[in-house]
Amino acid sequence: MAIMAESELTLPRNKQMKHTISVLLQNKPGVLSRVTGLFSGRGFNIESLCVAETLDPGVSSLTVVSSGDNSIIEQITKQLHKLIDVIKVTDITDKEYVEREMVLIRMKAEAHTRAEVLRVIDIFRGKVVDVSAKSYAVEITGSASKIQAVIDILRPIGIKEIVRTGIIAMSRANKSK
Amino acid sequence: MGKITGSQAVVKCLQEEGVKIIFGYPGGAVIDLYDALFDADIVNVLVRHEQGAVHAADGLARVTGEVGVALLTSGPGATNGVTGIATAYMDSIPLVVLTGQVPRPLIGNDAFQEVDIVGITRPCTKHNYLVGKIEDLVPTIREAFHIARTGRPGPVLVDLPKDLLASQLTFPDKPVINMLSYQPTYKPHPVQIEKACKKIIKAKKPVLYVGGGVILSNASKELTELAIKLNIPVTMTLMGLGAFPGTHELSMGMLGMHGTYTANMAVAECDLLIAVGARFDDRVTGKLAEFASNAEIIHIDIDPTSISKNVKVDIPIVADCKNALAAINEWFKTKADISLEEEAGRHQSWFNLIREWTAKHPLSYKENNDIIKPQYVIETLHKLTGGKAIITTEVGQNQMWAAQFYQFDHPRHFVTSGGLGTMGFGLPAAIGAQMAFPDKTVIDIAGDGSIQMNIQELATAKQYKCPVKIAILNNSYLGMVRQWQELFYDKRYSSTTMDVTPDFVDLARAYGAVGLRATTKNEVEPVIKEALATDNLVIMDFKIEREEGVYPMVPAGKGNTEMLLV
Repeated sequence: MAIMAESELTLPRNKQMKHTISVLLQNKPGVLSRVTGLFSGRGFNIESLCVAETLDPGVSSLTVVSSGDNSIIEQITKQLHKLIDVIKVTDITDKEYVEREMVLIRMKAEAHTRAEVLRVIDIFRGKVVDVSAKSYAVEITGSASKIQAVIDILRPIGIKEIVRTGIIAMSRANKSK
Repeated sequence: MGKITGSQAVVKCLQEEGVKIIFGYPGGAVIDLYDALFDADIVNVLVRHEQGAVHAADGLARVTGEVGVALLTSGPGATNGVTGIATAYMDSIPLVVLTGQVPRPLIGNDAFQEVDIVGITRPCTKHNYLVGKIEDLVPTIREAFHIARTGRPGPVLVDLPKDLLASQLTFPDKPVINMLSYQPTYKPHPVQIEKACKKIIKAKKPVLYVGGGVILSNASKELTELAIKLNIPVTMTLMGLGAFPGTHELSMGMLGMHGTYTANMAVAECDLLIAVGARFDDRVTGKLAEFASNAEIIHIDIDPTSISKNVKVDIPIVADCKNALAAINEWFKTKADISLEEEAGRHQSWFNLIREWTAKHPLSYKENNDIIKPQYVIETLHKLTGGKAIITTEVGQNQMWAAQFYQFDHPRHFVTSGGLGTMGFGLPAAIGAQMAFPDKTVIDIAGDGSIQMNIQELATAKQYKCPVKIAILNNSYLGMVRQWQELFYDKRYSSTTMDVTPDFVDLARAYGAVGLRATTKNEVEPVIKEALATDNLVIMDFKIEREEGVYPMVPAGKGNTEMLLV
């Protein structure tokens, strides 16, 4: 399951900064609404949110991207941790981490643009996953900034539809050990 | 061991937790559970409205420190309980609320008396459950009690589908509860304790700012020891009243919007604010930028989210208040190279300043020999009960006058809805308190507006022989809102005049209670004496000065030193 949402309530705050927060939680009914309810109820922003099962089917991992000044982010991590079903909360923003997002884009692909679409997709190591007479659906994976770059380049050619997964993230292994 | 039903298992769980009294109201979804209770040694106090059940369980929890239990049916039974649950949540009161739910196959079908109570109460419970499998029933109820009473306490709701209550199970043995994802921090970090103690030694103008957390963790003894040994003046929040003796010379009384002049000035001037089990609520701080702006702040709280939420804290101590205060006391006993006798004489110029403030603007009101002043009623209640009664309140002026003028010397004697400010709380809470302590004097200080919000509970009090004394400070206004309209809305008393109120003396009689009325000052004392001597439910109707205000008052959004005085 993956959800992407824009919070309706974005308060003007000083020193807004994006943070990627990784959360381990019990895989129980209603647990996701506890998390999203916390964000909406306290006026915190959700830029994206992804959640799925881990190797242990009783535990889910959730990656949420939010923004705010340091005190807001501190409250977000503390409030998340306070939820009874939450096992671990890590703000990985200032750590070494790998982030990935996947996007599915349906492109206008008519005679004069087909080749160009394929070229761009190739450059970004994407692939075509669905073809029709007038469109290609393509899949591209990468960091959020790479996804944004692809979209910026493809937009003038003609994007018909776009679906993004939101970011998932993982801390890098400790290299000294 | 043989099989028992889900309902019988729930009753066994309650017995296992030592529950003797619950508060509830039956209905279709919990009829099996009530059947199982019929033979059990647990009293179900049959309230007259489910909100009353939750408030009464809350009142019992506040005066005993135990987990209060309410049992409500599905749908409207559950939704009627929501205000009570939110009240307990805001004040961190341990409750387990059991609600019936429609049978599992019907959930989600808009069945009769179905409501998603777990969804509704998610933001106002510490945690909640819908029990989906019979084998989860007993572990869930045990976990609910564990969560309600540990860490920062709070209400936990368990939703019980009707068919599950009728299913069979083998009652499992009780394991030690150890939850992977819930591990409250009880012990303070020694490094933080040492840092805090060194700050306390250096401080020239310290203040202890004490909240409900001290009462919840039963830390009054440790707090009192710290304050007296180190000679630190104490101010308390509404929820903290009674944590330190209100009549002690170190007590400056309550702080905040209706706090004392001394307490608010002292917090503004202090160089070290030691916050214990308090959460820097807006009614306490006033304008944040001006709150304790000259002070470094130590904050002891078991809930990390309370720390640096509103005000940036210099030394956070995440721990149970009792443990943290004990550790601080221990440090001063064993590690500090100071003599406590010398300490007792410290802060002399600070105390001189504090005494000057109190001399200049003590807590007071304009006395009148004829008309009844509400403050005089509270003072007389204090005098005639020796300050030993359990006081519950409704919300508004009655609540603030009670907080200001009944000087609480003991913890768990002041029962009031602080965070949510729920009118209609006082009477059912008084019933809960009286059920827990049948021999204590329990007084509900009420207004003529808020008493009517749960007045149906008079019948409950009568049925269960709770001799609660209700003191209505009757001004025929919704007094607190009227006061704001007087001060900030050009006396445009929009919808605050109660043109029609019942005759409370007749009303008392109708419920089989005793009704007494005082209309002049000299009638106050005889009325209270008669009420206290009566072994029955009593309503005292005090016709008070109609436009009396609560002072001092910090207007909303102002700094706490900008008080309006008497």
